[in-house]
Amino acid sequence: MLLQQLVNGITLGGVYALIALGYTMVYGILEFINFAHGEIFMVGAYIGLLSVGILPEGSPPFLKLLFCFAFSCSLTGILGVLVERVAYRPLRGAPRLAPLISAIGVSIFLQNVVMLVAGSENKVFPQLFPSGGVRISGVDISYIQIFIISLSFAIMIALHLFITKTRIGTAMRATAQGMEVASLMGIDVDRIISLVFLIGSILGAVAGIMVGMYYGIIKYTMGYIAGLKAFTAAVFGGIGNMPGAMVGGFAIGILESLGAGYISSDYKDAFAFLILIAVLILRPSGIMGERVSEKV
Amino acid sequence: MNWVGIIRRFWAFALAISIPLIFLFLSSFGILGFDYLLHIAILCGIYVILSVSLDIIVGMAGLLNLGHVAFYAIGAYITALLSLHFGMNFFISALISAAASGICGLLLGIPALRLRGDYLAIVTLGFGEILRITLNNWDSLTNGPRGLTGIRHPSIGGFVIERPLHFYYLVLLLVAVSIALYWRIERTRMGRALVAIREDEIAAASVGIDVTKLKLFAFWIGASLAGLAGSFFASWTGFVSPDSFTFMESVLILCMVVLGGMGNVLGVCVGAIVLSSLPEILREFRDYRMLFFGLLLIVMLAFRPEGIVKSKRRAMELKRG
Repeated sequence: MLLQQLVNGITLGGVYALIALGYTMVYGILEFINFAHGEIFMVGAYIGLLSVGILPEGSPPFLKLLFCFAFSCSLTGILGVLVERVAYRPLRGAPRLAPLISAIGVSIFLQNVVMLVAGSENKVFPQLFPSGGVRISGVDISYIQIFIISLSFAIMIALHLFITKTRIGTAMRATAQGMEVASLMGIDVDRIISLVFLIGSILGAVAGIMVGMYYGIIKYTMGYIAGLKAFTAAVFGGIGNMPGAMVGGFAIGILESLGAGYISSDYKDAFAFLILIAVLILRPSGIMGERVSEKV
Repeated sequence: MNWVGIIRRFWAFALAISIPLIFLFLSSFGILGFDYLLHIAILCGIYVILSVSLDIIVGMAGLLNLGHVAFYAIGAYITALLSLHFGMNFFISALISAAASGICGLLLGIPALRLRGDYLAIVTLGFGEILRITLNNWDSLTNGPRGLTGIRHPSIGGFVIERPLHFYYLVLLLVAVSIALYWRIERTRMGRALVAIREDEIAAASVGIDVTKLKLFAFWIGASLAGLAGSFFASWTGFVSPDSFTFMESVLILCMVVLGGMGNVLGVCVGAIVLSSLPEILREFRDYRMLFFGLLLIVMLAFRPEGIVKSKRRAMELKRG
């Protein structure tokens, strides 16, 4: 039972971690909560659903899977960049509340566009993956769980290498430390920000498809609670801190599964928030964040 | 205060008092029903109280609160429970509800107000969500998602307030109380200290302002007023359910404050009235109205981020920024 819940928790955690990375990267640079990110995740899932319908019947499942990810990631990535251009860029330098409200506007807008286009009912997400799984000492692990866990780990490692080892990654870190100084060093800050939104949205799309495949059902409101939990994960790990977001994602996923399994599944959504409040009050900079004194 | 000053300050109230006459005139053409128009006006009134109370927290003290609806919900549920279990009159339960919401505000504020801006926002958001989930699941007390029905209408002596017109004047009274309170705070030492905290916390602390105490004060007043609004809501509709107190509702109230013009009570009222009547006006477009709403927020923020009615100080900040 405990191990089973752990496996479920890690699967969920992988998804949360991917979404949380999107929040934390944007926060790291722009210091604002991209409330529309949950909706980006939802749109990613819907585009994934759409892409499966485009391919001719009877194409090999592997091709379907690949196309689904490629199609959804590219379109969702572009959407993320567009959102930044239209809704956030004009507000750079405005008081902090302005982009937050704008993000909420984007979130409402995207949710309603999807509702109008795809309908407000639950959508069945096609099975792209063989059902069944393996059983290790009494613990059922489905293939899809293995897939989600390994893919999310792979993506996170790749992203970590990208941020720490490449020139663009260095530029991103520099921008996060200080936008003005970074631009003085010849970094095109606008492009870096676009890139951050692109990567964040792609990760969101991947997470969206994963959730679609895992639960088999998607809904236009799914972005809200997933987004909140992922944000919780980002704060839990110390917002702006990328390894923190990954750890936070898994922590929230596992705690949620354990809470749902051992205490009460009615309150499972409340656990994430209780943990969040406890962490913030006891250790406001998150479990992995450095203590930063306020800039004067 | 001279007469010009009084008229300048109270023209909006004079207008609000005569609104039913305008509605009567409009409905005489048979386009829209009198009671329907009043219904919208009462709704606007509730949102005005909520926005004004949130503006004390967000606009005056600069504390981002994303869970304001929690205090609204506490007020509504306490009034509902007091009415159902003790048959308590609205005018007493409203005070109890406001006090209880205020205490919840303090209890949340004491640990949470040590946090920096965005973290505070998230804690308040989490508080709102936890409360809603609890209301949804605590069946024995709150009747879960089905909500509580049969809440008594307010009554004074033998006179029961149940017609929309009477409710309108009751909510107008509460609006007047909230705005008067806002003005009083704004024009006292406390209000100026709150603004100082909003502008620069460290500087404010260094000139001897007790930052934590004042932040708590803002939270307390804001939460109490929201509780009052919730209490009115419960006894007006006679029905409360967790559906009325979602995160979107907190967001909506925040949007009213920001779009109307943060830190400016007239602006906040305008924002509340526009945004709460807009869904009714757009009713014909049913499915598209939230879409418009989202677009409006984005466009508004891009072209007029200081809000419909500018607060002088904020407009200057934006220019400088």
